[in-house]
Amino acid sequence: MTKSREVFNHVAEALFSELHPDEALTVDYRGEDTDYVRWNQSKVRQNTSVRQKEISLVFHKAGRRLSKSFSAQGSKEWDLITARQLLLEARAEAPELPEDPYLVAFTNNGTSEAHFEGELLNSEELIQAIAKPAAEHDMAGLYAGGLIEIGNRNSKGQNHWFGNESFFMDYSLYNGERAVKACYAGFRWKQSDFEASLHQTATQLSVMNRPRKKLEPGKYRVYLAPAAVSELTTMFDWGGLSARAYKTGTCALKKLKEGERKFSSKFSLNENFHLGLTPRFNDLGELAPEKMALIKEGQLEQLLVNSRSAKEYGLLSNHADEREVPRAMEIAPGNLKKNEILKKLGTGLYLSNLHYLNWSDLQNARITGMTRYACLWVENGEVVAPIEDMRFDVSLFDILNEGLLDVTEFQEVDPSVSTYFQRALGGKNLPGFLINDFNFTL
Amino acid sequence: MTHSTITADFSKALREFKNQADWVGLRFYSEKSSHHFIRNENPEANISKRDQGVMVEVMIDGHLGYAATSDLTPDGMKAAFNKAKSLSTHAAQVKAAEFTLEQRPPSKGSFQSPYLHRLSTLGTAELVDILMKASKALKVSDKIVSREANATLVETEIQYLSSSGAEWNQNFDLVTTAFRATAEDDKDTQMRNMGNSIQAGAEVLRDPDLLEDCKITGDEAMELLSAPNCPTGVMDLLLAPNQMQLQIHESIGHPLELDRILGDERNYAGWSFVKPENFGHLQYGSHLLNVVFDPQEEGQFASYAFDDVGNPATREYLIKNGKLLRGLGSLESQKRLGLPGVASQRAASWNRAPIDRMANINVEPGHSTLDEMIKQVKHGILMKTNKSWSIDDYRNKFQFGCEYGQLIEDGEITQTVKNPNYRGKTLQFWNSLKAVGNAQTYSKHGGPYCGKGEPSQLIRYSHSAPYCLFSQIEVFGGV
Repeated sequence: MTKSREVFNHVAEALFSELHPDEALTVDYRGEDTDYVRWNQSKVRQNTSVRQKEISLVFHKAGRRLSKSFSAQGSKEWDLITARQLLLEARAEAPELPEDPYLVAFTNNGTSEAHFEGELLNSEELIQAIAKPAAEHDMAGLYAGGLIEIGNRNSKGQNHWFGNESFFMDYSLYNGERAVKACYAGFRWKQSDFEASLHQTATQLSVMNRPRKKLEPGKYRVYLAPAAVSELTTMFDWGGLSARAYKTGTCALKKLKEGERKFSSKFSLNENFHLGLTPRFNDLGELAPEKMALIKEGQLEQLLVNSRSAKEYGLLSNHADEREVPRAMEIAPGNLKKNEILKKLGTGLYLSNLHYLNWSDLQNARITGMTRYACLWVENGEVVAPIEDMRFDVSLFDILNEGLLDVTEFQEVDPSVSTYFQRALGGKNLPGFLINDFNFTL
Repeated sequence: MTHSTITADFSKALREFKNQADWVGLRFYSEKSSHHFIRNENPEANISKRDQGVMVEVMIDGHLGYAATSDLTPDGMKAAFNKAKSLSTHAAQVKAAEFTLEQRPPSKGSFQSPYLHRLSTLGTAELVDILMKASKALKVSDKIVSREANATLVETEIQYLSSSGAEWNQNFDLVTTAFRATAEDDKDTQMRNMGNSIQAGAEVLRDPDLLEDCKITGDEAMELLSAPNCPTGVMDLLLAPNQMQLQIHESIGHPLELDRILGDERNYAGWSFVKPENFGHLQYGSHLLNVVFDPQEEGQFASYAFDDVGNPATREYLIKNGKLLRGLGSLESQKRLGLPGVASQRAASWNRAPIDRMANINVEPGHSTLDEMIKQVKHGILMKTNKSWSIDDYRNKFQFGCEYGQLIEDGEITQTVKNPNYRGKTLQFWNSLKAVGNAQTYSKHGGPYCGKGEPSQLIRYSHSAPYCLFSQIEVFGGV
């Protein structure tokens, strides 16, 4: 047992023993010990090591709910002093709140434990392991690696723990303004794998040396590589598959839910925790199904429903987390073989990545965004030239319906590289899409 | 004022570390925040947080490296120092830039943001009551299906000590409010938002106009429900200050960040179309455009006396009479590029290293009244309140959408339209600026969420602006 877990257990158990009979409590832990190294021109711009621990209390009393959290020291003595102080504050503050009609009472959702041990680079090895092979390139990017621990216990006996030692090297290689993006990630750093990734990315960059083609706005046939599909699916995080968003008028797939619009039968989207990149338990400690279809062959099967939404709207919870966003997204593969992508694309655009998507008309699931990195003009199945970046404006109801011509038979894991507040867990398993009439505007 | 839950001896720690590296800095950051959220007159969230930790900075062989810890015990800080020293020693062999003590000035002083009544005077019961009333005020019709009232109160304390003699502290009292009315009928859903982020005290939530403003927000959501879609075409565009803030942020603020120009941000948020040689020469906008970096405007959300490396913050012109003069670059970026900059090296919290950021980036008022601007439009549209934003990684091709539009025909506002959007290219857009509102049309806006950096950080920013009129912009509506 790690020291963090010992401290967490000590604090949680002490607080549980001090609760009054009409009180209930969840105690959460989130900690990371991560080395972040930022690179520019294949040199170290900033190295930042972060050791942070946070303990959170969710307190229930007389139908009231409030949350309090603090930065923990990692000491049984100090952290219990602070946690006790917050418990007293919560107890005093609860009567000042109105009763919460949708409060989900804590229950014992069981016990789970998972720890993924890794083999990461230490401080001595880290810098040279990246700097040496990258020296012949113009590389920018971020290495992040270390231990992440998540704990969740409640006063009803629930007890979950998840530990993960992992890393990612999210980077791009440049030739002037031409660039190719890549990510090497995993639990065990293998120098030969990283160098192979660099070599492959550099090979792709060499294609970008040709003069850039300027396209006129209009509709084009496109292939979206899995990384571009991943960017597209970020729009599902903005209420696209949320029951609460549906009920409050901010669900972009409302027309899909109501049968007014549809997606192609080639499109199926699941939550699939078999990926093992993120814990199955949510903020309430509930375990989501290991696999759950959200969109099946173009039809919306179910939205993500948190237990709170379930209570408010009379729905059945599928143990989504509080934000009701996919945590382990998988899009089903199709039939398009890797070696047939360019041939099936014919004349059009090969888009490796998309950038900065947003709704331009939420009610019609219309999005805008940009092309980025290795985006190429293809003629008669042959790569001709990189393109000047273009802005697009398309509706998901068009490009994922009659516009969706084919889906690749392979999927690629796109690990989360989000580092806001702390290093995120998770990732998506996605294929590529061949799409007709993709509308470019600027 | 201190929110620290333990008493840490930073001076003692500094004395212990100072001779073990070329330079050492300690930035202690303590933040006490509370967030209350009422939806449809029911409590949705009551969250409070005490966040604190220290960032240890070391300079070794001209390289600056960092280690952060929430463990403020002597052992915890020592472990962080050793970690920073160890990794930085290796990193210094392949450093991207060479720094000296000039990038870490030995500043001394303090700052306290303005307030009339301390945030701590606003108890939970009073705050929740205010939000509950706001939620009710938003409900102007049964078609207002969702009513949201949010308030986030933050008290932040930063202390900074360095081995070269820096010793300063800053205290910020910060308020963010957000109110939303969503109107829905069997054909459409529309929403209106209002709110702001400013440095202030409890008086913001006790504003006697708050409930009337909520009612107007609800009324406007209802108005949009029956409004036609925004027309499509090329026309004059009049932007309200609350949309100007987004336009300034995305197409002036980000492209002028010197670390983007240096390529630090290439792998994440992107590069910039601005080149180092453009400073002092590029006609960024029409001669009416004057943009300042102003960390001293009282009450703006990102006012401060020092940036997070202790550089004293002063007001500087970024763009004057349309010409680009200066970028948003820290002492580090200024050294790397040999260009002037501003005091803008900021970190989101104790656990992030400081990088080039926006703070208060403002468009100065001009001379036109709002009526004069409307009267000079033959065919155009007035847009308010951002709801969609997207721009390329060089900050050139943008597309922005607003919640609320009003058609202007022959110098008069004629009708409200929904789903107004516009798109353009940055330099072309700012050079089409043909009128700038006077001080009566000028207002402060800000927000807590500007994302950037690897590892990523959300920083507080603010943009004050008047109404501004642009000529012949590509405008379009919904389906």
